[in-house]
Amino acid sequence: MSWYLRRNPRIVIGGTLVAGLLLIAIFAPLIAPYDPIAVDASQALEPPGSLHWLGTDDLGRDVFSRVVYGSRISLSVGVISVSIGFIFGVSIGLLAGYLGGLVDLLAMRAIDALLAFPALVLAIAITAALGPQIQNAMIAIGVVAIPAYTRLTRGQVLSLRERDFILAARMVGVPTLRIVLRHIFPNASNALIVQASLATAFAILAEAALSFLGLGSQPPQPSWGQDINYSQRYLSNLKWWMSAGPGIAIFTAVFAFNFLGDALRDALDPRLRRAA
Amino acid sequence: MTQYVIRRLLLMIPVAFLVTIIAFGLLRLAPGDPVLVYAGEERDPVSLQELRVLYGLDKPLPVQYIVWLQHAVRGDLGRSLRTRQPVSEAIIERLPATLELGLAAIALSTSIALIVGTIAAVKRNSFVDLLTSSITLAAVSLPNFFLGLILILVLGLALRMFPPGGYVPFLEDPGDNLRRLVLPAITLATASMAVNLRQVRSSLLDVFSHEYIRTARAKGLRESTVIARHAMKNALIPIVTLIGLQIGSVIEGAIITETIFFWPGVGRLLVDSITGLDYPVVQAVVLVSALSFMLSTLAVDMLYAWLDPRISYGRSRT
Repeated sequence: MSWYLRRNPRIVIGGTLVAGLLLIAIFAPLIAPYDPIAVDASQALEPPGSLHWLGTDDLGRDVFSRVVYGSRISLSVGVISVSIGFIFGVSIGLLAGYLGGLVDLLAMRAIDALLAFPALVLAIAITAALGPQIQNAMIAIGVVAIPAYTRLTRGQVLSLRERDFILAARMVGVPTLRIVLRHIFPNASNALIVQASLATAFAILAEAALSFLGLGSQPPQPSWGQDINYSQRYLSNLKWWMSAGPGIAIFTAVFAFNFLGDALRDALDPRLRRAA
Repeated sequence: MTQYVIRRLLLMIPVAFLVTIIAFGLLRLAPGDPVLVYAGEERDPVSLQELRVLYGLDKPLPVQYIVWLQHAVRGDLGRSLRTRQPVSEAIIERLPATLELGLAAIALSTSIALIVGTIAAVKRNSFVDLLTSSITLAAVSLPNFFLGLILILVLGLALRMFPPGGYVPFLEDPGDNLRRLVLPAITLATASMAVNLRQVRSSLLDVFSHEYIRTARAKGLRESTVIARHAMKNALIPIVTLIGLQIGSVIEGAIITETIFFWPGVGRLLVDSITGLDYPVVQAVVLVSALSFMLSTLAVDMLYAWLDPRISYGRSRT
């Protein structure tokens, strides 16, 4: 561990941040001092203080407790939508890359069509069509995440397909599916791990944006994006704390996954160091 | 080169076709009878049937798609359900506001990225470089609606330096228009500024490692000449690409910023239409933003090929 820390301090820092977020989400009921949806009119619009660390909203709900519980929504959207993107994207990429020909042509044109839509526009459109619900936001963000995985996987497959160890495996009669899953997929996994971390950052940001626009989770569920949207109406009274808590939370979560993804990219795959 | 252009254009046709199918299909994804979208409060079966016939919803889906596509190709994207205004007119009306905001943001983000990115690259691993890379990572992680609210709160409401929102056409009052542009432009520019800055820094560092830069330095040229005249030329190629793509996705970027700042552009039109269940407008904005994104990708690819003769045109970029 100490060796790892010295070699890759940034991975450890990013990993710790991400682990911390996961722990907060899992143990939210133990951490949050109040019920996040309990209304208490006598405590409405209290500024941050010893009783309410991040203040209260207009219904007297504790902002800190809502931020803590909001991590559950954000992280589950991150995990689920990235899983959707990963499973579909990688499968399509493996198949298109390995089988080639017509399958490849058709699959890649479909992916091109998905890529033709700006990511947020597509996510908004899908969520709007399916109905404003958090589950639909997860599906929408997952669909938007597919093309990156497909292209990444397909590229790796194409570069590996003609390598000697794959040819050898094919020669001794290893079935195609086994070659793809046991020999090609593991070689592509480093790049995919990096992509998963960066995609989680995007997913959390996208969920916050969708919820901010009223397309994600619905009240009274605590959700960072939606809480910021809600707090807007008190902005002109300078009640800043209602937005500060959830805003800093989104920033921290997205930053953690971006930071981890960047660090993983530098450590796992120097070729990928897309200095962008 | 000509062959490459033709090839790219041909490849675009099936993709554009799929894009129209997706844009059309999105409206039909909505659960329930599509006629209810047009019906408003109307629930009388006879009137519903009349509406169904009026909007061609009684025909099979492929027929509906072809009719819709025929109209769309001629620029007829239907009418808004809320205002009865032709959708294309509604979009064109709001495009100037979006373009003004988008271009202001791109100009801001590019100029800061070029200046700061160059300094970071020249003074690699210095304190300035470290500070910039931390700030850029922070800037891409900051949700723009939160940044927008901070700006409104601090510069708009507390310090009263800029109006916290709203829009005045440039021709009506240029000064007021520009004052109202400042906060949304900063909001929109921040994330792309970070991305551009990292690109400027990394492509300059990449170019610095080339032989011809060493030659230029060995000739005794001043460092500023080496950077401005020799390094920049090649380093700028990827940045041009990035900016081209940002121009293409100007509607996407503007969605949230326009919503926060009450900026009457295409992005806000999309959000308002979603809230108002105005599906024809949603469909049209989605289609237009996808097509403009596609065209900018195409333009960027061609520009790239033209700027950098080392790129081979033989293989498709997949």
